[in-house]
Amino acid sequence: MTMRPYGDLQCYTPFMLTDLRLRELELAANQIRQDIITSLLAAKSGHSAGPLGMADVFTALYFEIAKITPETREAADRDRVVLSNAHICPVLYSTLANRGYFPREELTTLRKLGSRLQGHSSNHFWPEVPIETCGGPLAQGISQAVGMAIASRSNFQQNEKDKGTRPTWHTWCLMGDGELNEGQCWEAFMLAGKLNLNELTIFIDRNNIQIDGFTEDIMPLEPLADKFKAFNWSVIEINGHDIQSVVAATELAKSTYENPTVIICHTIPGKGVSFMQNRFEWHGKPPNAEEGQIALRELRTLAGQIKSEHE
Amino acid sequence: MLHPSLNPHLLSPHVEKIPTRNGYGDGLLELGESNPHVMVLTGDLAESTRVLAFWKKYPERFIECGIAEQNMMGVSAGLALAGKIPFVSSYAVFVPGRTWDQTRVSVCYSKTNVKIAGAHSGISVGPDGATHQALEDLAIMRVLPNMTVIVPCDAEETRKCTLAVAKFVGPCYFRFAREKTPVITTKETPFEIGKALIVREGADVTIAGCGPLLHEALLAADLLARDGIEAEVLNFHTLKPFDHIALEASVRKTKGVVTIEEHQVTGGLAGAVAESLGRHFPVPMESIGMQDSFGESGEPDELLTTYGMRAKDVIEAVKKVISRKQNKGR
Repeated sequence: MTMRPYGDLQCYTPFMLTDLRLRELELAANQIRQDIITSLLAAKSGHSAGPLGMADVFTALYFEIAKITPETREAADRDRVVLSNAHICPVLYSTLANRGYFPREELTTLRKLGSRLQGHSSNHFWPEVPIETCGGPLAQGISQAVGMAIASRSNFQQNEKDKGTRPTWHTWCLMGDGELNEGQCWEAFMLAGKLNLNELTIFIDRNNIQIDGFTEDIMPLEPLADKFKAFNWSVIEINGHDIQSVVAATELAKSTYENPTVIICHTIPGKGVSFMQNRFEWHGKPPNAEEGQIALRELRTLAGQIKSEHE
Repeated sequence: MLHPSLNPHLLSPHVEKIPTRNGYGDGLLELGESNPHVMVLTGDLAESTRVLAFWKKYPERFIECGIAEQNMMGVSAGLALAGKIPFVSSYAVFVPGRTWDQTRVSVCYSKTNVKIAGAHSGISVGPDGATHQALEDLAIMRVLPNMTVIVPCDAEETRKCTLAVAKFVGPCYFRFAREKTPVITTKETPFEIGKALIVREGADVTIAGCGPLLHEALLAADLLARDGIEAEVLNFHTLKPFDHIALEASVRKTKGVVTIEEHQVTGGLAGAVAESLGRHFPVPMESIGMQDSFGESGEPDELLTTYGMRAKDVIEAVKKVISRKQNKGR
């Protein structure tokens, strides 16, 4: 591979989804957003902006990209998916439920006593809720994803030696941009870069907000792509709401054999709900009952574009 | 009186000395051969943690993580989740000292089968000084749910411990030391995680020890016997899960206990013993160890003497316990 798309995917012909498939995925993403609002309304606490912003990436990953299905959730060679910024777990739960891993009705138990849907995602309910590891303290997920990718490589190398049949897989890790403030992230990036760990691809939710404000005010990250390139990573930048781009970027990432790939997903925090979009105040709070109803209506009607909706 | 399986030259002034860390290196080489799932990680300390031989023999199962311990701990959790048995090797002041959050969440809460090896533990690290003397590691590991904590007393027990934790499913922390320390046990000495071993029988006082300082406890017991005091010495190599049954059985007989460890006297072995006694069978207790202070530079022997962790200190503590016993605990 000599192509190193950076900031512009036009330079190669991407893998194309059919219109029919794209339509299915877009509808699923919309339902996932509605279910995020519903679960947050029931929980009365939790994060709104990040989950809404990443709904399209999660849809693409769990419905189209990652080699894992409800039927093969326990397979030894399943792709590993790690959510490193685990506070956006409402989008993970909503995606898993809509993909058929567990009943959608369970989404309203989010953050409640005895629920399998903990405030930050937990692996204690695997395989019914197929989450690989517990998350919460930022940066811990990326290190574990690096470990999972190394395990796959080690299996591959041992198979080469003794003609064994140990499983191998691809590892996908989802991260936030504010999370990159943590030094541990860069320790992990350094190790993955050193090992040319092409078995690993990460998505960064570049939504430019964190709890206290805009990322560039709190702790500037730019030039982010250059930082990754300096760490020996391949960098792809995409519109994180364009499912076609997400799928195409991962096809490219999987065919890159020299190094790990980071897909910087430019997203709008709170995407789909007008009063949440681009507002860092919505990073860490849920909608109240009234706001929730407005949010659900906006999502159902695509912000009023579908006129046939009657309450 | 002494457990028959112990090194017969144990009390000789010319007792053979081997660094406990060598037992770790030897154990890993055995595991490399017998268990293909075992992987080893280090943070730029391959030689001094004794994992270099494993690296040379099994490069595809070794990861040099550089001086980045927090990531190393997370990587190990990821490996464990993918079916590997990772051994994280660094100095105890860094792992688990620097990686407590990662150990808490990525390892203990996520229930990953990670083995954490803390080298250069205790004040006997010596000239490197206070920053490199791990004296709090047992406390911060013992408090974590799902964690097993082990302190082997010599190189042979460290080797057995390394093999045992690989078989054991769940997070384990074990520590070893830099300096050569007396050979206390032999291949025949029993070692079972969670089961304290009576290394010397006696009825007048219980000495609960862990790590290489167990040797000072045995020397003290030998000297005490000359004064007609028969001490029962227990090797509490496993701090968690703690062997309450062994402790209670011993103190029911002796009615007094002295603990000895190369660690702060809060939160480590003394902490475990006090918690257990308070709940099951309260008796007078004295503790040998760091008395809520940091160490400093010096030769290992000088430091152990300065900070009161020698046989003579054990004897003093034993006499205190016996006098408190006679004064009904006062």
